[in-house]
Amino acid sequence: MTNDESRGRRVGQHPILTFADRGPVSFTFEGRPMTGRQGETIAAALAANGVRLFRHAEKTGRPRGFFCAVGKCASCLMVVDGRPNTMVCMEPLREGTRVERQRGRGRLQ
Amino acid sequence: MKTVDIAIVGGGPAGLSAAIAASRLGAKVALVDDNDRLGGQLVKQTHKFFGSKAHYCGTRGMDIAAILEQELRGLPAEILSGTSVVGLYGGRVLALASRERFTRLAFKCLIVATGAAENNLLFENNDLPGVYGAGAVQTLMNVYGVKPGTRVLMVGSGNIGLIVSYQLIQAGIEVAAVVEALPRIGGYHVHAAKLARLGVPILTSHTVLRALGKEEVEGAVICRVGRNLKPLSGSARRLKVDTICLAVGLTPLSELLWQTGCRMVYVSELGGHVAWHNENMQTSLCNIYLAGDVSGIEEASTAMLEGRVAGAHAAAQVIGLNPEAEGVIAGSQAELCAIRKGPFGDKAACGKSRLAECAALPA
Ligand SMILES: Cc1cc2nc3c(=O)[nH]c(=O)nc-3n(C[C@H](O)[C@H](O)[C@H](O)COP(=O)(O)OP(=O)(O)OC[C@H]3O[C@@H](n4cnc5c(N)ncnc54)[C@H](O)[C@@H]3O)c2cc1C
Ligand code: FES
Repeated sequence: MTNDESRGRRVGQHPILTFADRGPVSFTFEGRPMTGRQGETIAAALAANGVRLFRHAEKTGRPRGFFCAVGKCASCLMVVDGRPNTMVCMEPLREGTRVERQRGRGRLQ
Repeated sequence: MKTVDIAIVGGGPAGLSAAIAASRLGAKVALVDDNDRLGGQLVKQTHKFFGSKAHYCGTRGMDIAAILEQELRGLPAEILSGTSVVGLYGGRVLALASRERFTRLAFKCLIVATGAAENNLLFENNDLPGVYGAGAVQTLMNVYGVKPGTRVLMVGSGNIGLIVSYQLIQAGIEVAAVVEALPRIGGYHVHAAKLARLGVPILTSHTVLRALGKEEVEGAVICRVGRNLKPLSGSARRLKVDTICLAVGLTPLSELLWQTGCRMVYVSELGGHVAWHNENMQTSLCNIYLAGDVSGIEEASTAMLEGRVAGAHAAAQVIGLNPEAEGVIAGSQAELCAIRKGPFGDKAACGKSRLAECAALPA
């Protein structure tokens, strides 16, 4: 098992829901290795790893995280595998994904 | 380019019901939803629904989604999930974007069932990471099993604020308080009582003044408000929370409807700008329909009924009116009427009757 820091932020015993133990997915955030779960979005995996600051706003530089988590507000844009403006609340997490914070509009690499 | 009789945008209770009704009547249907899972708002509702027995009252929202999806999968309708509708060309063609490709879909009739988006609220630092919509918090904890934070301030005591607070506790997260600007609790008594029993304070005539923290939420300042809803001086106090959850209402997701050029009206009881529509859920353009929260913020049972009306009426338009379609339309309309006459149907009934008044005015 890889070093999974996300355990404490995962919902454990729940009176109604059961969350099947889905397999781990390794990815990096700002170069740091992290572990998420199969079938979740990048935003969910980041939240599980305690990452809430996703980007810095274009004009003010202010920190932003997700807001709606359903692809409606564009608050969660990040650079994913070099591709800026990726809505991470809708983007499935894949093995080896490189996730980086976005500054302003981001640049194509 | 593919052509269908009826294209439906949105796979929540309204869109699913529309697709089922239209497909059963023999129309060629395609349903598009941007999520991988169908069900819209329902997939994250772990509580038993209110409403009438005929509309799955007492069934958990997420189970209603599964029932509707199964029903639709047994019909010849095409389902395009993981696909967003990103535009409309010439009033007859939808632009579709999935992760892999960009395609077009031509239709004879369009049913818009896009639901609603959560409102934000004006306060200092409301853009800090850790200020989340109630729906976002639900998605994170009920769909992905991830805790959005450890201690939450809930803003808004309508049903959504109360239900999500309870769900937070079920997921093992502390709720510091629920604040409500009005002098009374907005949601149903049953939901408020459950929270009260767990010792969660519901502070009426209170609001959030600011979020504390530099890079993310580290606390909140709340205060009392007067009758005019303005903060009372000297009443501010700090709460130690790491998440502020906003449950302050929804606004219909009307972008596509604006793009069709149909007549739009502002009706505050329905949640903002909605496409004007008649009792057949038809807009001012006869081949454009809408159903569910996008036609006015209401509930799942009415969304399903409106979906059925829109689906059956659109199907009748393309394949010809028949007794079966007429039966579905009339039956669903009668049920809608009955629900809106009920104890909680006031607001929607008032909003819908204001639409009827608009009809008499010049556009
Ligand atoms: C916390 C909470 C508790 C609730 N409790 C109850 C209850 O107990 N009883 C009850 O009756 N109701 C309840 N409701 C209300 C109910 O869930 C909604 O009224 C209902 O889901 C509205 O259905 P809809 O189909 O109109 O929209 P939605 O369920 O919102 O579905 C719309 C769908 O369209 C998709 N979509 C939007 N735009 C596009 C696009 N451009 N391209 C592709 N897809 C798109 C969305 O992603 C979504 O999947 C509750 C709601 C909440 C948030
Ligand atoms: S958080 Fe709103 S689009 Fe991703």
